[in-house]
Amino acid sequence: MRKTFASGNIAIAEGAMTAGLKFYAGYPITPSSEIMEYLAEKLPRKGGVVIQMEDEIGSINAIIGASWAGVKAMTATSGPGFSLMAEALGLAVMSETPIVVVDVMRAGPSTGVPTKTSQSDVLQVRWAAHGDYIIPVYAPWSVQEAYDLTVKAFNTAELLRTPVILLSDAVIAHLWEPLTIYERGEIEVIDRKIPVESSGTPYPPYKPDPDLVPPMPVFGRGFKTIVESLTHDEKGFYAPRDDAQKALVKRLVLKILKRIDYIYEQETRFTEDAEVLLVSYGSTARSVLNVVLELRKRGIKAGFLRLKTLWPLDEERIRKSSSAKKIIVVENNIGKIYMDIDRIFKDREVYPAPVISLDLPTPKDVLEVVEQWL
Amino acid sequence: MAITYTHPLDKHLRLERIPTLYCPGCGLGIGLGAMLRALDKRISEGVIDPRKVFWVGGIGCTARMVFYVNYDAAHVIHGRSIPFAIGAVLANPELKAIVVGGDGDIAGIGGNHLVHAARRNIDMIVVMFTNFVYAMTGGQVAPTTPRKVKTTTTPYGNPEYPMNAVKLVGSLNANYVARASVTTPHYIEQFFYKALGMSGFRFIEVVSTCPEVYGRHIGLRDPVEMYNELKKRVKYKHKPSLEEAEIDWEKGIVIGEFIERNNPSFIEILRGGQA
Repeated sequence: MRKTFASGNIAIAEGAMTAGLKFYAGYPITPSSEIMEYLAEKLPRKGGVVIQMEDEIGSINAIIGASWAGVKAMTATSGPGFSLMAEALGLAVMSETPIVVVDVMRAGPSTGVPTKTSQSDVLQVRWAAHGDYIIPVYAPWSVQEAYDLTVKAFNTAELLRTPVILLSDAVIAHLWEPLTIYERGEIEVIDRKIPVESSGTPYPPYKPDPDLVPPMPVFGRGFKTIVESLTHDEKGFYAPRDDAQKALVKRLVLKILKRIDYIYEQETRFTEDAEVLLVSYGSTARSVLNVVLELRKRGIKAGFLRLKTLWPLDEERIRKSSSAKKIIVVENNIGKIYMDIDRIFKDREVYPAPVISLDLPTPKDVLEVVEQWL
Repeated sequence: MAITYTHPLDKHLRLERIPTLYCPGCGLGIGLGAMLRALDKRISEGVIDPRKVFWVGGIGCTARMVFYVNYDAAHVIHGRSIPFAIGAVLANPELKAIVVGGDGDIAGIGGNHLVHAARRNIDMIVVMFTNFVYAMTGGQVAPTTPRKVKTTTTPYGNPEYPMNAVKLVGSLNANYVARASVTTPHYIEQFFYKALGMSGFRFIEVVSTCPEVYGRHIGLRDPVEMYNELKKRVKYKHKPSLEEAEIDWEKGIVIGEFIERNNPSFIEILRGGQA
C-alpha cells in the first residue's frame, strides 16, 4: 500500500495494473488519453503490452483477442470512440469475453467539446450494441473511487465472463486528489475460471457451471475452443434455432442478474429521516452532496443517494434506501437515469433536475434546478 | 464389417461439422485442403505446435473455415479478424495466428486493419480468398470486382476500379506477400508452408472460384467451366515484382511470391527493445 497524489485517469491506470492488466490497446482521444500514455510507460515494466491501434474498433477487438489468449485486457476512450466500439461490445457479450472498457465522458453529440465534461452517455453505455444483454457499468465520483471501481470492474468481468464499463468523465479524469494504491494481496483480485488442462478433445466453451458462468477455455492449451459471434450452443456451434436463442439470451442476462448483490453498489447519507431524496452519480454527485448539506442547514430534511453502479440497478435496494416522499434526480444531461428512478419509485413524487454544464455543475447550479421542486 | 474411410487430413477437421456449407464448385475447399497439407507437414516437422495455433475469421464464406478446423478458433465480427489476432499474439507470443477471410472481410470492411498490421509487421498469416464478389450476402459488388461487371448493387455495371491487395500490402512492411489460385493448389500449399516457417506479417491472396454467385454475374455458372476459365488466365512467375502483380480478368492474373524478407517482426522488436 502506498499513498500518492494522482489524477482520475492515472488512478484508472493504476487500478487496472493492481487488478492484473497485461494488455492495453487504445486510440488517442480527449479526455482519456493519459490512461494510455501512463500505461505505455508503466505496463511494459510489469510484463504487459500497450499498443496504439489504428482506431477504436481495432482497439476493442484487440483486447477481446488478448482476453482469449488468457490475459486481463482493457481499452479506454470517450464518446466518439465508444460509439465505434458498439459492435464489438456485442461480440464480447456474445462470446462471454472478460474485458474492461473505460469511457471518459465528454460533451456531445458528435465531436461536441472534447475537453469538457458531461454525463450524457449513461444510456449509451447501457444499450450501445444491438441485441439483448446487460453490461455492468460503474461510475466513480472521486480519484480514489476511480481506482477502486477499476479493480471492481476487472473483478466483475473475470467473475462473470462479461465486458464491464467504467464510466468516468472529464472532471474525474483531470481531477487530482490523494490516492491509496494497493498491492496484490491487500485487495480482492478475482481471476476467471479456466478448465483444467484438456485431454485434446474439444472443450465446450459455453457450458455453464451452476453459477451460469462457463469456465473459459483460453487459447494455446489444447481446448480447441470456438469463440463464436453467431448464436451458438454449449459447444460453440452455430444454432439458428428458437430454443438455442432463448436459452443463450436468458443465460447471458441471468448470469449478471444472479450476482446483482455483488455488482450493485450505492452510497447513502442522511437517508434515515430524509423527506427529500437527492439522487445523483459520478462527478455531479460531488456538488449534489454539498447542496444536501446546505438544505439541511436550512432545516429541510434532505437525503443523498449516490449510484456507484449505474447498470444493472438493484431496484429493491434503491426503493428501500429511503422513505422520502419526494425524490429529485440530478444529472449533467437531459434527464436520463431519471427515467429509471421514476419507474423504480413509481408510488412517489420523482422529479428530473437536469443540468447541462460543460464544467462540473456548481452547488449553485444544482440548487437552482433542485429548488424548483422543493 | 463396415469399412470406414478416413482422410489423412481428418485429424485437422471438426468432423461433426462436415459437410461444410460451401456451394458445389466453390474454390474454398481446394484452398483449405492445400493449407491443411502444409500445416500437417509443419506439424510433423516439429516446426508448429498444433496446440498453439489459432484460426480467426470475420464474416463471410471464407471466414467460416475457422469452425471447420480442429483448432482453437474465433469466428468474430465482420472485418475485425486481424485486430482480434493482434491482441491474441501480443498477449501470448507463443500463439500462431492464421487469419482467413474473403476480400470483402479483409480488404473491404477490414482494409484499415490490413494496412496497419502489414505496416507493423505483426506476427500472423493472413490468407485472403478473392472471389471478386460479396457471396454470402447474395452477390453485391466487392473491392475486387472488375470494372463493368453487373452485380446486385451495380445493376448498370461496376463503375469502380478494383483493388490490388498484393500491391497494397507489398508496399508496406510485410515479410511475405504471395498470390496463388485455387487452380494451382500446389502453390497455395507451397506458399502457406513457407509462411508457416516465417515471422512477421505474411499475406497470401488466393484467387478463388464462386460459380454460384460470381459465376452467375459473368456467365460462368458451370463450376468446371469457371475453373477452366480462371486457369487459362493464371500465370505463374518466379519471384515477380510488385509491378507485375496484375490481377485482371482480361489481361491475366499473375501468381507467385512477390515479397520475401526477414525484417524484425513486431514481437521481435518488442522483445529486443529495438527502436
